[in-house]
Amino acid sequence: MPSMLERIFGKKSAASAKERLQLVLINDRTDISPAMLEALKDEIIAVISRHVDVDPSTVHISMEHEGREQRLVADIPLRAAKNRRRGN
Amino acid sequence: MTAQVITVTSGKGGVGKTTAVANIAVALASTGQKVVCIDGDIGLRNLDVVMGLENRIVYDLVDVVEGRCRTRQAMIRDKRLPELFLIPAAQTRDKSAVSPSDMIRLCTELREEVDWVLIDSPAGIERGFRNAIAPADRVLVVTNPEMSAVRDADRVVGLLEAEEKPAPLLIINRVNMNMIKRGDMLSVEDVYDLLRINILGIVPEDENVIVASNRGAPLTLDGKGKAGLAFQHIARRLNGEQVPFLDLENRGLWDRLRDLTGRK
Repeated sequence: MPSMLERIFGKKSAASAKERLQLVLINDRTDISPAMLEALKDEIIAVISRHVDVDPSTVHISMEHEGREQRLVADIPLRAAKNRRRGN
Repeated sequence: MTAQVITVTSGKGGVGKTTAVANIAVALASTGQKVVCIDGDIGLRNLDVVMGLENRIVYDLVDVVEGRCRTRQAMIRDKRLPELFLIPAAQTRDKSAVSPSDMIRLCTELREEVDWVLIDSPAGIERGFRNAIAPADRVLVVTNPEMSAVRDADRVVGLLEAEEKPAPLLIINRVNMNMIKRGDMLSVEDVYDLLRINILGIVPEDENVIVASNRGAPLTLDGKGKAGLAFQHIARRLNGEQVPFLDLENRGLWDRLRDLTGRK
């Protein structure tokens, strides 16, 4: 049982159910696990880095959905030109 | 006549498929339309007991498919509604006794004789499910506002998409408004947000469902209780009527008083 404070301020169980289900359904529908997404991110960074300078820590890859359609979205900020160094 | 073939499925077991089939069938048949229900759950039949017809079974679905009787002989007429029939599942066989093409053939025959064919799919996504959806013109997915039921419903919707079936319609069963208000149950909007298929009906949790199945007389027969009414509305929507969703709020005295004074 959640405490009184949790009941007043904390997240309700329905809200966690929805949040958890959103992730589970994306996983079920696409067959892409969070671990696979991580591996995918590393490979994308490696390929992009061969051509342009990116900071791996700023790269963000996520699954988005619209209705029942899933989309893989990659947000890859480029390093400013003045900071660019050849060969990483 | 050209019947519509409607399959009721869910992925997860125990969410109310059989209850939904029995009640929608009764609601359709009580308007004088001819309805035949097929229990697709070979080996675990239950539609017969929910409809109160368990003592009248002579032939079953597998007998029809294997040619031991004519389709007509396996159609058990309901005790109360002369336009309602049940083709029971076999209890001593398994799902592999019937194939998707058997189901398509049977439904092609039935289409000419009745207005509606309702197929009660077994739980799961294997052979029994494949059999049940093969002849379907429309598929109804039953779920409960609960993690595993919603997840399994989503799997089923995905499989139907892959089969290129027309978009299924959703029945959200066992909705408990008090729990939703407390924030302890996914709301109808939450479930819609997650699954994104159109909602055909919202059925409140209702003790009368168990009472009705104890008696073998589906709820919609006496029109008592909100679940019975919700199933009647679902049947009317299947018939193309626009019926607003039930107000499931268990409103207190103050709300009603406010309404009364507000209207005057």
